[in-house]
Amino acid sequence: MAMTTGRSAARDTGVVVILGALLVLGLPLVADTNMLTLLVIYGMLALSLGLIWGFGGILCFGQAAFFGLGAYTFAIAGINIGESTLPLVLSVLVPAAVAALLGAFMFYGRLGDVYLAVITLVFSLILFRWLNTTAGPAYVIGNARLGGFNGIPGFPLLNVPGYPRWELWGDPLYYVAAVALLVVFLLVSWLLRSSFGRIAIGIRENEERVSLLGYDIRARKTVLFAIGAGIAGLAGALFAAWAEVVTPSLFSLQQSAEIIIWCIVGGLGTRFGPVLGAAVVTSVKITLGGQAMLDNMLVLGLILVLFVLFLPRGIAPELARLWAWAIGGNRKPVRRRAPRGGVADG
Amino acid sequence: MAETVLETEGLTMRFGGVTAVDGVSLKVRARELRCLIGPNGAGKSTCFKCLCGLLKPTEGHVFLRGEETTGWDPHRIAAMGVGIKMQVSSVMDGLSVQENIWMAARRHNDTGAATAKAEEVIDRLALGPIARTDLGRLAHGERQRVELGLVMAQDPWLVLLDEPAAGMTGEEVTRMAEIIHEMTRSAAVVVVEHDMQFIRSLASTVTVFHRGRVLVEDHVDRVMADPVVRDVYLGKQA
Amino acid sequence: MDLSVVILIEVLYAIASLALISAGLAVVFGMMKVINLAHGEFMVLGGYATITAVGLGVNIFIAMLIIAPIVVGLFGLVVERLVFRHLYGRMIDTMLASWGLSLMMIGGFKMIFGNTTTGVAGPIPGFSVGNYQVNGYNLFVIVVSVLLLVAMVAVLRGTRFGLVARGTMQRSDMAAAMGHSPDRVYMTTFALGSALAGLAGGVMAPLVGLVPTAGAAFIAKAFITVIAGGPVLVAGLASAAGTFGLVNQVFSFLVSPVVGDVALLVAAVVLLRLIPRGITSRFFRGRI
Ligand SMILES: Nc1ncnc2c1ncn2[C@@H]1O[C@H](COP(=O)(O)OP(=O)(O)OP(=O)(O)O)[C@@H](O)[C@H]1O
Ligand SMILES: [Mg+2]
Repeated sequence: MAMTTGRSAARDTGVVVILGALLVLGLPLVADTNMLTLLVIYGMLALSLGLIWGFGGILCFGQAAFFGLGAYTFAIAGINIGESTLPLVLSVLVPAAVAALLGAFMFYGRLGDVYLAVITLVFSLILFRWLNTTAGPAYVIGNARLGGFNGIPGFPLLNVPGYPRWELWGDPLYYVAAVALLVVFLLVSWLLRSSFGRIAIGIRENEERVSLLGYDIRARKTVLFAIGAGIAGLAGALFAAWAEVVTPSLFSLQQSAEIIIWCIVGGLGTRFGPVLGAAVVTSVKITLGGQAMLDNMLVLGLILVLFVLFLPRGIAPELARLWAWAIGGNRKPVRRRAPRGGVADG
Repeated sequence: MAETVLETEGLTMRFGGVTAVDGVSLKVRARELRCLIGPNGAGKSTCFKCLCGLLKPTEGHVFLRGEETTGWDPHRIAAMGVGIKMQVSSVMDGLSVQENIWMAARRHNDTGAATAKAEEVIDRLALGPIARTDLGRLAHGERQRVELGLVMAQDPWLVLLDEPAAGMTGEEVTRMAEIIHEMTRSAAVVVVEHDMQFIRSLASTVTVFHRGRVLVEDHVDRVMADPVVRDVYLGKQA
Repeated sequence: MDLSVVILIEVLYAIASLALISAGLAVVFGMMKVINLAHGEFMVLGGYATITAVGLGVNIFIAMLIIAPIVVGLFGLVVERLVFRHLYGRMIDTMLASWGLSLMMIGGFKMIFGNTTTGVAGPIPGFSVGNYQVNGYNLFVIVVSVLLLVAMVAVLRGTRFGLVARGTMQRSDMAAAMGHSPDRVYMTTFALGSALAGLAGGVMAPLVGLVPTAGAAFIAKAFITVIAGGPVLVAGLASAAGTFGLVNQVFSFLVSPVVGDVALLVAAVVLLRLIPRGITSRFFRGRI
């Protein structure tokens, strides 16, 4: 992925657009669009963590918090505004702003990996706990009741901008979500090719060295963290539109764990890996949901353990190798060390 | 006389009970070449870390181009135009030589200019054949050269090099000395070294560190002849 | 007067239970710099072991003080051999694998014990202080915690294992330097930490309705107590548990128990921001 020259960037974009369009149009022929919509949304959520963790080296144990914030923002703003265009924008901006604050708090404190993990995890837990207690009528934001454990139902669904009556659900929602994922994917690719993205990768590789080159690590990590949260927030809004209800479980530890599992299974340090990982793991989970023999938590956990032990770089690099082999030749597949946040910080 | 670009006053760094740097006052002028020598544990590397902001000195002051920078964050000091190569090799291992050097050049150039600058530095250091190789796969000597490239690409006016020639072959050391001389055309260079041959070949003012203090500061020939310095260095051939 | 006695007991109980649920995690983290995210599920396993044993007619004190630690200790031993020993030195990977293990255990609990609440009656009756009712079992938890901390100090100070352990906490290569195979030291430590988690789970079992997902509530609190405690084992546990227990109870009284929990989490975040390496990186240095 040496994305340096303009031509290779153009080719990369071309490949992504063509493959993406084929997938968007082709998948409904083989699978149910309702489920595909969920896969697409989870793919976007995975991409958000894949960006900050795989390329920025920031392991967030509470990415679900931003997903949940996006979903709740969409629901609450929707109820108050009565349509969904502005809420959709807010569902990106609110999580991004919250992440910027939280990120500044953490990165300016120079916290190491483990501490970052604690704080992000605790942060999502605080929201989870608190939202669960908001059942009473006292907890309202504008016209929206937070609803505690049961969450918020009955908010305006996604509509065509300017036409609140034209709600999008079913197949149209799938196409909107899929195109959104494609656009986000292209934006992430562009970001990674930009100076900001390349320096972010440098920070992942060696934070101290990059700061000795004169770059402000803390500010850059904060911005990247906020961008990731914005993407997670958009995924949350689409999820809300898909599920037609938002509940505190969006913020749960299990939700955060799943996002991490998607990234590991797919492959860190790649753009496509996390999206693929989300699709594969979620498909497995849905398939397992239909039977009573094996609990799906057990299987998810087992998948995580096995991947960490035996395939820590995920399936995307293996696929890339296969692809390189298939299209010919003896060109060695691109190898990049998958980052995992380094050794113990003492 | 050229202006003073680096000055310290009573610089002191303590780690618990250990005083690694003890009241050091230094002055380095623009485009000067200065060698810092001293036995292991004398406090040379610690002094460097205080200068570039990785450590906050316990006491004393650091002035860069007349501005007090004591306690500043590393990126602010680096952004002023200070380049450092630390003793322990520190690079972006998963990235290629070109990407590493580009990143250093990008700080003060736009994307296009940074690419050109990286090209230029790669040529000057003869890194062309390995420009696309990941740092993690390079030999020690090559890594050292890339680190020098990182510093060069920053276009600094103050360069701190901590043991740049360690573990290099004779030929590589000669090249390194040439490059350092070239650097002094635009920057003051402070070099920490143990290799006396190398220091002689640089032929400059030498500051001798001992137990965190400055022992002597003089021209290399006189320092080498100094019996006190010889005593301090006993066991290390001068 | 009566109220202040009751409040005092409640605060002490909050502190003691925090120390108790964090001890196992602290041992593993202190020695191996590994966060075992399955710690909560280890505790739940201890709880289930206790309840099952009581169901089979075992005395409840034997069940929670002896059987639960043994069962979970052995379980920890097996898991360490199968999974964690391959990951030493890869801190994040270890954390991730332990998270996977935690999910597996939740799934396993659901399959074996069902997705329902199980419980066991507290063996100690309540008593009243003036007009207030005090749960007698809370006092028992306080006693167990204090004894546990004392025992940990004794082991660290007085035994050969304690010496090796203290060395390893300071410098990870110390065990090898003292002629012990690090592999064995890690294995023992992990089994011990697991046993402590089992003990905590057993002791907490009569207080909480046990559900397969109950571990999540423990892990967050244990996690922050250990991290906020910092590098010194026992002093860290005691000081972090003291701080958080106090904050938790004060806010529980003033506002509500949920706000107490949230206040605890907020306090943890603020504390870590102020002292990133934990309380004992600043105070109590060089103790145990
Ligand atoms: N982070 C630290 N914590 C505690 N002591 C330190 C630390 N860094 C350095 N020291 C101590 O400070 C003293 C000076 O070390 P320093 O690395 O500056 O010496 P040096 O002159 O660079 O030696 P060398 O020639 O071996 O590189 C040594 O005694 C060292 O043990
Ligand atoms: Mg040194």
